[in-house]
Amino acid sequence: MPQTEFNIIGRSLRKVDALDKCTGQTLFADDIALPNMLHARLLRSTRPYARIRSIDISAAEAMEGVNAVLLGGALPITFGILPVSQDEHTLAIETVRYVGEPVAAVAAVDEETAEEAARAIRVDYEDFTPVMSIPDGVTDTDNPIHSYAEAGNIHKSVALDFGDTDQALADADLVLDDRFFYQGNTHLPMEQHAAVAHARPDGKLVLWSSTQTPHYVHRALERVLEMPAHRIQVIATPNGGGFGGKSDPFSHEIAVAKLSLMTGRPVKIALTREEVFYCHRGRHPVLMRSRLGLRSDGTITGMQFETILDGGAFGSYGVASTYYTGALQTTTYHIPAYRFRGARVFTNKPPCGPKRGHGTPQPRFGLEVQLDKAAERLGMDPAELRLRNLVKPNSLTANWLRIRTVGLRQCIEKVVEASGWKDKHRKLPFGRGVGLACGCYLTGAGLPIYWNNMPQSGVQLKLDRSGLVTIFCGSTDIGQGSDSILAYIVAEILGIEPDATRVLTADTDLTPVDLGSYSSRVTLMTGNAAIEAAERAREILFESVSAKLEVPSERLVAAGGRIFDSADPKVHVEFARAVQLAEARHGMVGTIGSYKPPASDARFKGGGVGPSPTYSYSAAVIEVEVDPETGIIVLEKVWVTHDIGRSINPMLVIGQVEGSIYMGLGEALMEEQEFRLGVHKTPSMLDYKSPTSMDMCPIETILVGEPDPQGPFGAKEVGQGPLLPVPPAVSNAVYDAVGVRVDEIPVTPERILEGLRRKERGGDPRVGPDNLPEVHYRDGLHVSPPWEGGDGTASERPDYARKGV
Amino acid sequence: MRTSSLIRLSVNGEQHEVAAPMSKTLLEVLREDLALIGTKHGCEVGECGTCAVLLDGQPVLSCLVLPCEIEGSDVTTVEGLAKGGRLDPLQETFADLGAAQCGYCTPGILLVARALLDEDPSPSREAIEEALGGNLCRCTGYLKIFEAIEMAASSSGEEERAHAAD
Repeated sequence: MPQTEFNIIGRSLRKVDALDKCTGQTLFADDIALPNMLHARLLRSTRPYARIRSIDISAAEAMEGVNAVLLGGALPITFGILPVSQDEHTLAIETVRYVGEPVAAVAAVDEETAEEAARAIRVDYEDFTPVMSIPDGVTDTDNPIHSYAEAGNIHKSVALDFGDTDQALADADLVLDDRFFYQGNTHLPMEQHAAVAHARPDGKLVLWSSTQTPHYVHRALERVLEMPAHRIQVIATPNGGGFGGKSDPFSHEIAVAKLSLMTGRPVKIALTREEVFYCHRGRHPVLMRSRLGLRSDGTITGMQFETILDGGAFGSYGVASTYYTGALQTTTYHIPAYRFRGARVFTNKPPCGPKRGHGTPQPRFGLEVQLDKAAERLGMDPAELRLRNLVKPNSLTANWLRIRTVGLRQCIEKVVEASGWKDKHRKLPFGRGVGLACGCYLTGAGLPIYWNNMPQSGVQLKLDRSGLVTIFCGSTDIGQGSDSILAYIVAEILGIEPDATRVLTADTDLTPVDLGSYSSRVTLMTGNAAIEAAERAREILFESVSAKLEVPSERLVAAGGRIFDSADPKVHVEFARAVQLAEARHGMVGTIGSYKPPASDARFKGGGVGPSPTYSYSAAVIEVEVDPETGIIVLEKVWVTHDIGRSINPMLVIGQVEGSIYMGLGEALMEEQEFRLGVHKTPSMLDYKSPTSMDMCPIETILVGEPDPQGPFGAKEVGQGPLLPVPPAVSNAVYDAVGVRVDEIPVTPERILEGLRRKERGGDPRVGPDNLPEVHYRDGLHVSPPWEGGDGTASERPDYARKGV
Repeated sequence: MRTSSLIRLSVNGEQHEVAAPMSKTLLEVLREDLALIGTKHGCEVGECGTCAVLLDGQPVLSCLVLPCEIEGSDVTTVEGLAKGGRLDPLQETFADLGAAQCGYCTPGILLVARALLDEDPSPSREAIEEALGGNLCRCTGYLKIFEAIEMAASSSGEEERAHAAD
């Protein structure tokens, strides 16, 4: 990747906020303290599914130091991140749907008093039988968790056909039919969610919150509090980790806002670690079935793929998650015909939503393990099988996703080379093995969550006569470095150093809208908006400098803190002087840029999930040592390649890759959310196992790719994609090591031992789910793939809906 | 309301007197009474290492320490790492290598790393991994943190520190 033509882009610079973070100066939400501030606690449901008969708050209200007690009836308007599932109340009204659902809120002089008061609230529940599993959720019921569900507890079902998959599988020389299960797991950000609300005497409400999506929180407050949006200011504090877990508007944010309005005083809430497990919105547990057809030369003929998601108690991002379990199956390998069936069920657990990779690690696991099996059956190398089926650059997939640059070939070839794959796969001694898998992810969701024609991102610049450029943008830094990316891009274009910029982000009063830190959209979308704003500013400066120096604008260059004549670099003005010249000529200098993704080619219902300006690609080889006596897996090394397009800051890119690999290893090996009798089994950091420093292995990261025309300076995403190959690569490596197929995540020692026992008894050394419960799909849609002359629209095929996988 | 007692403690070499209930943890006293909010919390029950501070140079979890237990000892928080306006080499290398992503676990990890380097100025990778075994980080995958500690260990700043201690 030649990066020498730039001054800032491509350099591994410190983040603009690095020293604040290394000196304890960064102000997180719980670090905010306002004069006269009250503290809030929530009372949460102790029942998984129950009717609230009555709530007695008299003892709490009578306690000294208690300023306000809030119940659900005071906030009857529902909210939710997606327009189609506005199904949450701030505090439960009539029904509680999971252990941990907020029921009441208290504001008091200090946290301890608020806690004591919350405990003094008496709730009388009438228990219902909770729905705690996917099979339970699919079963008919006369007491559905939500009345708006599609049928019973089936929240949403999707039946999409792209071409004739029955024929495609009939044409295949080999058809694999596999079932997989991917257990749910959670984000576990180190910072617990926290928020401070301040209802000011002038009628303005300010909310500071640890949120990835201040814009959507702004909208939720407007809706639930019935206040004009312009009187509400939401400020996202730097997030102490997000990973998708702070992307929904949350009850505690609205509750403190209301408590502040009730008391006229600032109110803070900081959730306990246990409460963070109840906020959840993490990885959906997903049952899958995949039928994949291949010719004997390894060419894929078609795929039928079914997913059933355990959604938990509320909608959250779930409708989008459901589509995502099918949408990106077509973006790595050419699938000529594709059938997708997906259903999400409501259960009485904390709601699931978007965790790093949002809905795609589960199907990716199924697909990449199945390809490993296919390669073995066909007597092929798994890398070669994948290379034979690569999607083409600048093409459309069967489900009408527009593919731009594709670095997947490089990803596979380089990871194979670096890892010594060819000398290791199927060649290492028993107990040691290597596994390979690939992945692909969005660089930003093509469509906003609430559909509209406005930009998804805006950047505003103020050029000061001191030479400082202030960058305003609604984006939220969750640790990934989005503030820094803005500084690098603006500095590059204006020819200054990043320290001549000041970045001000994530404040709905002061910064132009950005939709939030989700879907790996921030670098591409804010980056493109920043380029537009900075180029406009440079044009203004060039025009003024051109007049002053009597050099044509086209010959001017901005670099090194100066604007100079490229024909005679001595002829120049300092950057600050250029701003002064422009101010004198035009008045104060400010510009704005915005970004909207290209229109999607998909024109069918559901086609809004999956399109992206461009896609990133990754491949990983993981080497493991498996102890056949204990089933314990020791990670030896991970080699990972990632198609980044172009790195804006390679150090930050590699940081995202390593963090993604780490998180993927946690999911693959140990992280799981389980429930017993309606109760979360492990709502603490001790019991919810995640990898420590002593569990990590070396990671060798290789960045590949060519600059993508859609990305700022050619950059694609990196925050989520590199996680995707990890779980299947672990499972494939375990198979290579000990011959046990674990079609289930996490790959635990118990499961490996179970497989070894089966192998010893001469049985099928496979561990995984057997069958999927039957779902009645409706609204079948058939869409002709682009190569069959379609136009991206659908025809209704109810007869197809009845065809399962 | 709980009854307060007068608590004396030394933090970053400065003496403080705080009126607080005896049951208040060191973490709470640091953050709420002394406004030393650089110390963060991830669980408040001793499971994550986020709130680690040094007690006479040794790492402790401030959420599990009561100030009345530590009279006569000196507490070091992240605010006390820089000396005379000069950053600790670890703070520089963490910034240089991107070892702080969200930065929330960083103060605790910096202090644990400081204690490690004070004891062993050139620790092995295994020793670093072990020293950080009680500090969870969800962003980095730990590798950049290991590298930053190794870089600080090999930096001249670390040698100077070692000499100063001689």
